[in-house]
Amino acid sequence: MSDILLSAHELSVRFGGVLAVNKVSFEVQQGEVFTLIGPNGAGKTTVFNLISRLYTPTSGHLTYQGRALNDMPAHSVAAAGIARTFQNIELFEHASVLQNLLIGRHVHRHTGFWQQMLFLPSVRAEEILTRRKVEEVIDFLDLQHYRDTMVAGLPYGIRKVVELARALCTEPQLLLLDEPSSGLNMEETADMAFWIQDIQKDLGITVLMVEHDMSLVSKVSDRVLAMNQGEVLAVGTAAQVQSHPAVIEAYLGGTLDVSAFKRETMGAA
Amino acid sequence: MRFIFKTSYQQDIQLARHGGHVFWYGLLLWGLVTAPWWLQEYWLTQLIFVMIYSIMGLGLMLLAGFTGLFSIGNAAFMGVGAYVAAVLSAHGTPFPLTLALAAGLSALVGAVVGLPALRVKGIFLGIATLSFGFIVEEGLARWESVTGGNAGIHVKAMVLGSWKVDSAASFYAVCLGVTVLSTLFVLNVLRSSTGRAFVAIRDSEVSAQSMGIHLAYYKTLSFMLSAALAGVGGALYAHKMQFISPEQFGILQSIDLLLMVVIGGLGSVHGAFLGALFLITLPQFITLGKDYLPAVIGQAPGLQSLVYGLVLIAFVMFEPMGLYGRWLKIRTWFELFPFYRKGMFKRQKSFQKSDRLK
Repeated sequence: MSDILLSAHELSVRFGGVLAVNKVSFEVQQGEVFTLIGPNGAGKTTVFNLISRLYTPTSGHLTYQGRALNDMPAHSVAAAGIARTFQNIELFEHASVLQNLLIGRHVHRHTGFWQQMLFLPSVRAEEILTRRKVEEVIDFLDLQHYRDTMVAGLPYGIRKVVELARALCTEPQLLLLDEPSSGLNMEETADMAFWIQDIQKDLGITVLMVEHDMSLVSKVSDRVLAMNQGEVLAVGTAAQVQSHPAVIEAYLGGTLDVSAFKRETMGAA
Repeated sequence: MRFIFKTSYQQDIQLARHGGHVFWYGLLLWGLVTAPWWLQEYWLTQLIFVMIYSIMGLGLMLLAGFTGLFSIGNAAFMGVGAYVAAVLSAHGTPFPLTLALAAGLSALVGAVVGLPALRVKGIFLGIATLSFGFIVEEGLARWESVTGGNAGIHVKAMVLGSWKVDSAASFYAVCLGVTVLSTLFVLNVLRSSTGRAFVAIRDSEVSAQSMGIHLAYYKTLSFMLSAALAGVGGALYAHKMQFISPEQFGILQSIDLLLMVVIGGLGSVHGAFLGALFLITLPQFITLGKDYLPAVIGQAPGLQSLVYGLVLIAFVMFEPMGLYGRWLKIRTWFELFPFYRKGMFKRQKSFQKSDRLK
C-alpha cells in the first residue's frame, strides 16, 4: 500500500487569466481508491486532463511510477498504464460496443500495418486473443446483452458502463474515472460502487476518481481530496474531509456569512 | 430472419459472416470473372470504369468514411498515379511495377497533403485539399518536359514480358484482379487494429488519443492509403483512356469522387462500389432519357451536372446513409416482414458530446 503510483507536485495550470489549478500536490498510492471532490469549477476535471496529458501544466511536476508524465505525449499515456473515462462520455458513437472495446485494446497490438493488410496468421491469432480479452471485460461488467449494439442507440446508463469497460480493456494500472455516477439512477450507482470495489480488489487496479455523490464516495474511497477554486482544501478519509471546516465552508458558505446574514435580519426586525 | 449463433471468435473475424455471404459474393465473383464471355464489349468497358472508380472510391472511403477526413483533392493523387503510369509505360516498365510505383509515389504525395490534416479539420481541411488539387493540376500542366503540359500525353498499352494487355478482355482481367486485391487489402485493414484506430479518430479524437492512438500517425497513414488507392486507380484510368491531360484531374474529378462516396454511403465498403456503379451508369440513363424529354430540356447543356446535383441534394436530405443505407433498409424490411417499422433507422439525437476539449 505504501508504494506511490502517481504523484503531483505543485501542479498549476493557467488558461489566460484563469488559474484553473493552483499548486496542487497529492500522492496516489498503489491499490487505493483516491477521490477528488469539490464544488463545480474546482478544477477536478482539469487535474484529470493534466494527468491524461490533454493539457500541459503551466508549472509543477507529475510523476507516474517514477517516470515524468509532463513530457509524455497524450497517446503514450495509455501505453504507460493510465486509462480514463470522460465526464460527458466520449464513446465511438457509430461503432458497436464490441468495436469500442476492441479499440480499447489498441495499446496491446503487436502486429504492424503490412502484416495487417495481408492479414497474416499472426494478425489472426492476435485478433482472436484480443477478442478473448475483451470478452473477459464483457463478463466482468455484464455487458453480454449489448455486445453487438451500436453505441448511438444505447441508453445513458449503459454507455457509462461501456466507457468503463473500454478503459478496463487497456489493462491499466491506474484508472481515472470522471464522475462515474453522474446521470445514473440509484440502482446503477449501486452497481457502479460494486464494480469500483471489484476493480480495486479483484483486478488490483488503482482508481483515481472525481465524484459528487458523497454516499458513493464514502463507500468506496480510501482517501479523499477536496478542492476548491483550483486549490487543495483537505486530504484524508471521507469522514475526515467531510467534517473539515474548510470543506464545509466551500460547499455551504462560511460561518461568517451566515452570522452576517443573521445580524442583518435581526436589525431589520 | 437469420440469427448467427457464434461459437468461436474466429466467426467475428471472418470476412464472410455466413453461408449466404459465401454464396452471393461467390456468385458475383463468378459472374465478373466470366463477364468477357457473356458481356458486349461496350458494357465490358463500362464495367472497367466502374472498377477503376471503385478502387479510387475505396481510397476516399477509407479517408472520408472511416477516418472522417474529407478531401476535395483526391483527383490530384489520381493524376499523380496516371502520369506515373504514362511516363513509365513509355519506357516499357512491366505493369506490376508501374502500379506499385504509382501507388508509392501517390502515397508519398498523400503524406505531404496529410500534414495540414494534423492541424485543421472539417471544412478547413476540405479547402486545404482543394487548393492542393489546384497546385497539382497546375504542376502537371507546367512540367512540360515530363507531362507534355496541357497538350496531354499518350499512354502505351500495359506490358508484362511478352504479354501485351491491349484487348478489352485482357485489360478487364487486370482491372478485376487489382480491384479484388485492393478490396481484400482494405477489408483486412478495416478488421484489424489500424482500421479500428481510423474509426476511433472519426468518432472522437480526444478519446482515441487517451486509448493510446497516435493521431498524427494514423491520420497520415489514412491519407497515404487513400492516395495510394487513388494512384492505382489513376494508373488504370490512364491505360484505359490511352490519353491523359491535366484537366482530367481537376476539381470536377475530385467532386465526382466525393459525390460517389457520399451517394454510395459513407462508412461502408459497399458504398464505394455502389457509388461507382451509380456514377458510371447515370450518364447512360441520362442519354437514354434525353430522347423522351422535350428538346429544350433534353438538349440543354449541363443537364448531367444538374441531375448529379439534384441527386446529391436528394441523398443528403432523404438518405444520408447513401445507397448502401437504402439497401440495408430494404434488406431489413424483407428480413423482418411484416414487422418492419418506419422509424427503425431513425437516429436518436444526443446532446451529450462534449466540445470542451476540442
